[in-house]
Amino acid sequence: MTIDAIDKRLIGATQAGLPLTDEPYAAIAAQTGVSEAEVIERLRAMLARGVIRRVALAPNHYALGMVANGMSVWDVEDARATELGAQIGALEFVSHCYLRPRAEGWPYNLFAMIHGASRDEVEEKRREIAAILGPACRESDILYSTRILKKTGMRLKPES
Amino acid sequence: MRRKPLPDDALDATDRKILNVLQEGFPIEPAPFEKAGAELGLSGAELIERILNLREIGAITRFGPFFDAAAMGGAFCLCAMEVPAARFEDVMTLVNAHTEVAHNYERDHRLNMWFVLADMAPEGIDRVADLIEGETGLRVLRFPKLEEFFIGFKVTA
Repeated sequence: MTIDAIDKRLIGATQAGLPLTDEPYAAIAAQTGVSEAEVIERLRAMLARGVIRRVALAPNHYALGMVANGMSVWDVEDARATELGAQIGALEFVSHCYLRPRAEGWPYNLFAMIHGASRDEVEEKRREIAAILGPACRESDILYSTRILKKTGMRLKPES
Repeated sequence: MRRKPLPDDALDATDRKILNVLQEGFPIEPAPFEKAGAELGLSGAELIERILNLREIGAITRFGPFFDAAAMGGAFCLCAMEVPAARFEDVMTLVNAHTEVAHNYERDHRLNMWFVLADMAPEGIDRVADLIEGETGLRVLRFPKLEEFFIGFKVTA
């Protein structure tokens, strides 16, 4: 997934979001010195290659009442981890889903962030996941955050 | 970012429809608001007005392209530490002082400090994690992603 200097310029110009004007891609074109047609073509190409995951609006889930979340972790049989991870990631209430290495004293390889309106709802969804994993899961836990200690965006600034 | 629910009457049916529909995607074409608005029964200008308001009241966190950070050349790793309660604040200060620490959460578990390391170079991850181990005398467990699954996350407004 390679990106060139012009792609980087487009990333830099849209990282904060799309301009809210009738012709946002023309506005980006004017800002980056590339034609509107090329902006559109390149954004579509990056979308097709997965550099852009989607162009969309992200609702603030806290504002919409989903104020509880928990990091659920599962010790899933290796041979079935990819297949089952895909099923868990596709659930509407899971916002992140990864396979990660186990560590000493840490038997869990599947991580799934669960969101809900309350902790009870998160626990209920956790049971839904447990039912999907069935006997392929040996052990599980859930970690609730008690405090945000630091929150800064990813500071990746592709040079333009 | 707003972390509290909006009052029940903050959004009308049109706002909810916009939130539900546009989280699925937004057109990449010359007049995208007109196109997306037509499907919602709104003019392009009306849709822009609505999105401005939704942003203003904190109902939206982002509107635009979502980039795959790794595709942009970055390296990331989730890390965890078991920090003795008496040392928690001091260790937090040491960890947070590194600009590579993108976010850090306290969690109710034996492993009570969880943070993400982000760096432009893959070797930066181990370098910073080793540095934190040296500074704190505590182990930094590293959980790099081995596989990421497609996310179906959807918020119903």
